[in-house]
Amino acid sequence: MSDSQVFVNGTPRPLAGVPTHTNALDFVRGLGLTGAKEGCAEGECGACALMVLRPDGAGSRWTPINACLVPAAALDGQEVVTAEGLGRPDDLHPVQSEMALRGGSQCGYCTPGFVCSMAAEYYRPDRVDTDHADPEHGPNGFDLHAMGGNLCRCTVYRPIRDSARAIGTPHEDDALAERQRQPAPGPAATRLDGSAGGFARPSDLAEALDLLLEHPDAMVVAGATDWGVEANLRGRRAPYVVAIDRLPELRQVSTDGVVEIGAALTLSEAETALGGAVPLLDTLWPLFASRLIRNGATIGGNLGTASPIGDLPPALLALDASVVLSSLEGEREVALADYFTGYRETVLRPGELIRSVRIPLPLAGLTGFHKISKRRYDDISSVAVGFALDVVDETVVRARIGLGGVAATPIRALATEAALEGRPWTAETVEVAAQVLYGEGTPIDDQRASADYRSAMLGNSLRKLWTEAVR
Amino acid sequence: MSVGLPVAHESAALHVTGHALYTDDLVHRTHDVLHAHPVCSPHAHARMTRLDPAPAHEVEGVVRVLTAADVPGVNDGGVKHDEPLFPDEVMFVGHAVCWVLGETLEAARLGAAAVEVDYEPLPAVVSLTEAIAAESFQGGQPVVSRGDVEHGLAGAAHVFSGVTEMAGQEHFYLETHAALALVDEGGQVFVQSSTQHPTETQEIVAHVLGLASHHVTVQCLRMGGGFGGKEMQPHGFAAIAALGATLTGRPVRLRLSRTHDMTLTGKRHGFHAQWRVGFDDEGRLMALEATLTSDGGWSLDLSEPVLARALCHVDNAYWIPHVLLHGRVAKTHKTSQTAFRGFGGPQGMLVVEDVLGRCAPLLGIDPLDLRRRNVYVDGQATPYGQVVRHPERILAAWDQVVSTGQIASRSAEIAEFNAAHPHTKRGLAMTPVKFGISFNFTAFNQAGALVHVYKDGSVLINHGGTEMGQGLHTKMLQVAATTLGVPLARVRLAPTRTDKVPNTSATAASSSADLNGGAIKHACEQILVRLTGLAGDREVGRDITWDELVREAYFSRVQLWAAGFYRTEGLHWDSTAMEGHPFKYFAYGVAATEVEVDGFTGSYRVRRVDIVHDAGESLSPLIDIGQIEGGYVQGQGWLTLEDLRWDESDGPGRGRLTTQSASTYKLPSFSELPEVFNVALLEHAHEDGVVYGSKAVGEPPLMLALSVREALRQAAAAFGTPGTSVDLASPATPEAVFWAADRARSGGADHVVVGLPGAAPDRPDPAAPALHPRSEQAAHESVEA
Repeated sequence: MSDSQVFVNGTPRPLAGVPTHTNALDFVRGLGLTGAKEGCAEGECGACALMVLRPDGAGSRWTPINACLVPAAALDGQEVVTAEGLGRPDDLHPVQSEMALRGGSQCGYCTPGFVCSMAAEYYRPDRVDTDHADPEHGPNGFDLHAMGGNLCRCTVYRPIRDSARAIGTPHEDDALAERQRQPAPGPAATRLDGSAGGFARPSDLAEALDLLLEHPDAMVVAGATDWGVEANLRGRRAPYVVAIDRLPELRQVSTDGVVEIGAALTLSEAETALGGAVPLLDTLWPLFASRLIRNGATIGGNLGTASPIGDLPPALLALDASVVLSSLEGEREVALADYFTGYRETVLRPGELIRSVRIPLPLAGLTGFHKISKRRYDDISSVAVGFALDVVDETVVRARIGLGGVAATPIRALATEAALEGRPWTAETVEVAAQVLYGEGTPIDDQRASADYRSAMLGNSLRKLWTEAVR
Repeated sequence: MSVGLPVAHESAALHVTGHALYTDDLVHRTHDVLHAHPVCSPHAHARMTRLDPAPAHEVEGVVRVLTAADVPGVNDGGVKHDEPLFPDEVMFVGHAVCWVLGETLEAARLGAAAVEVDYEPLPAVVSLTEAIAAESFQGGQPVVSRGDVEHGLAGAAHVFSGVTEMAGQEHFYLETHAALALVDEGGQVFVQSSTQHPTETQEIVAHVLGLASHHVTVQCLRMGGGFGGKEMQPHGFAAIAALGATLTGRPVRLRLSRTHDMTLTGKRHGFHAQWRVGFDDEGRLMALEATLTSDGGWSLDLSEPVLARALCHVDNAYWIPHVLLHGRVAKTHKTSQTAFRGFGGPQGMLVVEDVLGRCAPLLGIDPLDLRRRNVYVDGQATPYGQVVRHPERILAAWDQVVSTGQIASRSAEIAEFNAAHPHTKRGLAMTPVKFGISFNFTAFNQAGALVHVYKDGSVLINHGGTEMGQGLHTKMLQVAATTLGVPLARVRLAPTRTDKVPNTSATAASSSADLNGGAIKHACEQILVRLTGLAGDREVGRDITWDELVREAYFSRVQLWAAGFYRTEGLHWDSTAMEGHPFKYFAYGVAATEVEVDGFTGSYRVRRVDIVHDAGESLSPLIDIGQIEGGYVQGQGWLTLEDLRWDESDGPGRGRLTTQSASTYKLPSFSELPEVFNVALLEHAHEDGVVYGSKAVGEPPLMLALSVREALRQAAAAFGTPGTSVDLASPATPEAVFWAADRARSGGADHVVVGLPGAAPDRPDPAAPALHPRSEQAAHESVEA
């Protein structure tokens, strides 16, 4: 364990002696790098954002993440950059300069996090100038959703937006840009043990499964977005943590014959790797948390946590997806509709990992994803609905509808599917089916929405799908 | 001349590089720090029957458990002597009964979990409506009255009555409450605190420790946002840290987690208002009667002055001849609600805007016209008797927004759009703001400053105001540089500390630039008089440089430093009669907001906002525009998105805040930023008698966001038949907008009662006490009183 270290702003920093429940934020702050702040400790505010170098094709990519959610141990061997590493008060980084001069900071507490999100977008290899600007994009190709996971309570978003739209391209000799043209560090074979628990990063799937056998109480983490919330807000101290996000067997993508997505791919990586092959998912991605979360959270993690309000399950249920589960006994494939067994319960057995998700081809012709929430982006859904309909000769020949937020598990809207299949694709059919959909599930009243509203949103989601389809 | 230049925030380069230090960042630069963690009540209301800290001492790393028995002075962390620092009766879920100090935060947390506490649960009042029904009130019940409201209503052509309810708001400053206390040489207690009110933090720490104020120094480097949430609330936390430091001899750090911050600390008051209003045939307001009840939570805190300001802003920018306003503070078993940007003003103004928004369709008058024709004109006075100076600026701003915002053509476009889109509707609304500047409590309208000129000509300034992002320090640097006639770079500002400038007022009420700017200017002018006297016929910059003159002054034994003082003249306020001239002036603004609502879901986006705001002769335009934009979006959050929910059921979680984290309580993010956002400062707006002709800008813009709520009402109404009056909940979440549109479609839109007698507001007990004349002052003074 003594050689475990993280390269912070270019300086190696040992992990020895750091408790395994210590997150990366507390780790860097403990080094005196107090630019990154704790605003919420659950990945909602982005005040703790820093950049980590991740593989990207032949090169690499500075990827912003929420430091509060990631075990420091998970960064063993990795390179991170904080706001302090970008520039100094007397030598500002171009992104910092824009923010400072345009009034992009008021109280300044969220600013280092914004700067890191913005710097990652500054360095994004596929960002290109366009002539086009809209509320979500700058003429410099800046995707404003890149900062959707950063909150500013002084709400100076206008100057921050102007700063984002004004940033140029990195200079040729910019060291961070140059670093990005080289490969990222590989995963370290980490083994850390301390009185408060152990942390292991196995090198391959077989080793991971062995570790799970050896440590039946182990918590499996990939992006650690759940681990972080549990550790920070609920004081959970996992006796042993097994990191699986760099296992090669869990990072494969295929669109040949069947769409297969490795469970350890982050949502951002999956979005890039699929390249628009699944249009339904393309409507989902921007609505799924924030870019900072999507850079950490994985496909498998969202299914493993099995929340009834997870965003992926309604979409994947509509896509008739299945999950491939690996254990020492071998592999099995389970239809996602059979995977959830109760509130946060699944068929997943001890010692078993989700290896991938499979989506059968061909895809349905008419798809949609509707997420109802208080805030337009980066909110937890009150209700989410995934639609996949095949309409042939004005008739619905097949309907798959996945629902989230209306039962103890994500569910299929079976009665509504039946009310659509075999019927003509007309306003009358939609109206009848919408009323059936209204009655699906058993929604509850809570702080996000009333049960009545949830039901109304179910019915209206189909009406809206119809209206937008015929437009 | 630095004043008036659009300079960046004085700490901008530190902010963007992560070098700006906040209270909790100092922990990593301090040795041997202990960490504090609270033991919190699970009950909304209960008597504590047993507290056994012993098991905590079994936890490795626990150093000490702080309880009531440890307090050498007064066991109270509030300003009214109604907030025991270590209570034996818990008054809300989360109420801290004791604090555990540990070598690490982990040890303190585990120690807190080990402390054994027994409770005897007691009945709890949770919601505002429960409190009103149970007549659970606290504090004074002020009345603002002018004319004869019965007469006014009887003579009105149209009378309507109704109820308006609005939720509170969590401050959610990104930096949670934090204090770091240590004991210096000679027993001097030094507290680094994230506080808007260092003097009061000092006073509370002193009285908890049983020390005189001169034993305690409080410093605030800067805050990661305050918004009023750090005006009163930091004191108790600072006192806990200071108590721990004095008892252990080691530095003690107390920083609240987000969950603790949301669970333990006060918020913007939710309000309930009953109202009855009369209009003449042209839609002119004839009479308004209203009873406002605020949700004060478990203790008074600032609830009385917040209520007073609410009552003083029910008129917003409108002339109403006959007025009768009653106010009362409900006592509920929730966090003690406190100051929040606007300080009751937004809640008062929401009432009249809600009245106008709901009555306009019933009167058959376009809300744009209804609002404009009721705006104050020259010679008119507010219901509490203050003549409204420069009311023509309201209409000047209004007409500028109409012109630059192309309101007429856009209204026509919106009508066309709405006719063509059955499932999507747009709405456009304009609202004015008139906001009184000064503390209602006259004594608070004073400030001090300390200006040093060193022998090399460099200048160091200190003043009593704190920096929380509002740009106060930037403006103060500009004022000093301008007054002394030196470049901005020659002036530095040192952090706010109580041993530099004593007896300061809270950085609050938007008035800190006025007050501290006045004090700095006063100090600079004293130095300048001495220097110009020395210079004689020599002109600085031509015949002699500033540095040379300063050096000459030193050798001539001329004093190169000065203390400045400022008091706002012309204020008087009778809080018993609720009459007088409490405000130095009014800040004005007008906003137009256009929204688009999806009829299937009620979700919406803000398409365009146009604002003209009166910042006087702006001291610092970049800062002021930032305040206006930020205030608007924060107000937009309060009115549309931010949705505080408490468990009001009879279950075991009764009284629990169910939105106690960033994942359940949503702030505006990038997606809420208006797509087009035009902000202009009103021109020719010099304000006499204020530093360099400027006006306060911290709070007033928040209320410009009332236009977004009215625009949403317009859009929801567009789903129904023309003339539909729409009742819209606050916050206007997508769900609230959906139901409002749903009611508009079905025709049964509003609950407004038409005609007399209507639904008459409660008339609270005339024997109820008025506001205490010093309802804002600190506890140690009221103890002596």
